[in-house]
Amino acid sequence: MSWLNQAKKGIKSLTEQKKDVPEKLWSKCPGCGEVLYHKELERNMWVCTGCNHHLRISTDYYIKLLADENSWHETHKGIRSKDPLGFKDSKKYSDRIAASEKKTGRNDAIVTGRCEINKLPVCIGIMDFDFMGGSMGSVVGEKIARMLQDAVKNREVAIIISRSGGARMQESLLSLMQMAKTSAMLNRLREEGIPYISILTNPTYGGVTASYSTLGDVIIAEPGAFVGFAGPRVIEQTINAELPEGFQSAEFLMDHGMVDMIVSRKHLRDKLSDTISWMVDGRDISVQQPLRA
Amino acid sequence: MMDFKKTPWLDFEKPIVELEERIRTLEDSASLRGLDVSEEVSKLKTQVSKLSKDIFDNLDPWQRVQLARHPRRPTTNDYIGLVFDKFQELHGDRAFRDDAAIVGGMAWIDDLAVMVIGHQKGRDTKSNIFRNFGMANPEGYRKALRLMRMAARSGRPVVTFIDTPGAYPGIGAEERGQGEAIARNLREMAGMPIPIIVFVNGEGGSGGALALGVGDKVYMLENSIYSVISPEGCAAILWRDRAKAADAANAMKITAEDALRLGAIDDILTEPVGGAHRNHAATAATIRETIIRDVAELTSTTTRDLLDKRLDKFLSMGIFDED
Ligand SMILES: [Zn+2]
Repeated sequence: MSWLNQAKKGIKSLTEQKKDVPEKLWSKCPGCGEVLYHKELERNMWVCTGCNHHLRISTDYYIKLLADENSWHETHKGIRSKDPLGFKDSKKYSDRIAASEKKTGRNDAIVTGRCEINKLPVCIGIMDFDFMGGSMGSVVGEKIARMLQDAVKNREVAIIISRSGGARMQESLLSLMQMAKTSAMLNRLREEGIPYISILTNPTYGGVTASYSTLGDVIIAEPGAFVGFAGPRVIEQTINAELPEGFQSAEFLMDHGMVDMIVSRKHLRDKLSDTISWMVDGRDISVQQPLRA
Repeated sequence: MMDFKKTPWLDFEKPIVELEERIRTLEDSASLRGLDVSEEVSKLKTQVSKLSKDIFDNLDPWQRVQLARHPRRPTTNDYIGLVFDKFQELHGDRAFRDDAAIVGGMAWIDDLAVMVIGHQKGRDTKSNIFRNFGMANPEGYRKALRLMRMAARSGRPVVTFIDTPGAYPGIGAEERGQGEAIARNLREMAGMPIPIIVFVNGEGGSGGALALGVGDKVYMLENSIYSVISPEGCAAILWRDRAKAADAANAMKITAEDALRLGAIDDILTEPVGGAHRNHAATAATIRETIIRDVAELTSTTTRDLLDKRLDKFLSMGIFDED
């Protein structure tokens, strides 16, 4: 199924699911349409047993999935969005922020923290699609920059799990500059010899794809994740043609050399710890490397 | 230089152009008949400058968009010809092809050798198709990066011109990693051990613009625009109607004054009255002086300081609250 069709169906079923979470015990898989029981999905990391479709999971679930017991510390929690442009379309930006805060219980579209993954310490950022479509404004940029600075200071591997519609239009040029800010900080990580792993989940688009998401030393995609710079609708309108099946899917990215591995959620923790230990065991990353420039 | 005779004027600048036309006609016929019309001409000229001031002091964001996209506005290649004394274009990304939406090459101002790189739009249908309307594919950004790395190896400063609606949204662009190409430029520009001076000369559209925009000095020309998405794109998503582009332009705060106020650029370069397109040479002269002054300043510091300052500048961008 194309991202577009999936998005049309998926968004509907997800919102329906949201509305009646208390009594709803099952959902239809956006991938194959099978009826899936939540109890079973929860046990199976919200991966469809029939078609391996990876349903969206919460930030808390990712923490549970990856972090060793009692190792998680959230960082930079107090940074929150304001409305620097006084932006208003059909709704005020400040109202959109308030609604997303209420919906997610978070300050913005990313949570940053430190934890251990199979005893290996990391600094990590996990984006949240439910907060204004995971869009990147000043807060997301600042939290990522600070998380990366923590990685340099603590001499730990950095990880970002992306899922985002792209830069946040309501902060216009400031959002755009977060692409430069996060990417410039990743240059500093390289100078310091600190490795960085990017994990692409469904969907990752726009300014997030065109900055930290595609700059990993290692890039991992979840199966079936759709990732691209331009959205499928924009491309279809530009070229005035339909897009091929599977366009911008994780498998498409693999074919075109844009990702290193496609990893099922079930194996993510172990694949990550293998990668991290490969990156850090060869030399002592606690020692600062000579600067490149 | 292009023949502009058939290039249309914008509605709001027509009164000025018509008044100027009247002055020219009057002077021509007077000189033919040997009459003295200097008094009337000077009266009309005062009227022109008053009218220009009235119109150009009160431009709304949508008028800025029109000026930034003005078909007569100088493009990167125009500036290359006017700012520099000598230029040798360099082509290709060494991997896929030469992207005509981005031009670049070795350039000289007197003895000062630099690498100049910029988006290139066309001026008519034919040249716009050749230039893909200034919308680069991944190979365009990769060519730009190749040239910047070459500049770094030779210790030459980099000068970039930004003028693009955005990166090209196409199947091939996605297949070849449009996002990665832009992202890599952002990261690598942050670490280029040579001064980088950026001029947003026309349309600064989204990531495709920023891919040439990570510099020690970032300037916007007075009537250029810079935003996260084109006004039409923003209108299509948030207003569900591309025709609401003027509203989107207004909401997104896309002008040079806005960008300066938000801390996203270092300064604004004043354009001649009526806009850069009314006097290409004068605009180019401002850019030339700026390059000479900045290169002197930026080369007087150590590479480490230059890079630390560049990083700190971009790290400081963003407005948020903190508990
Ligand atoms: Zn399924």
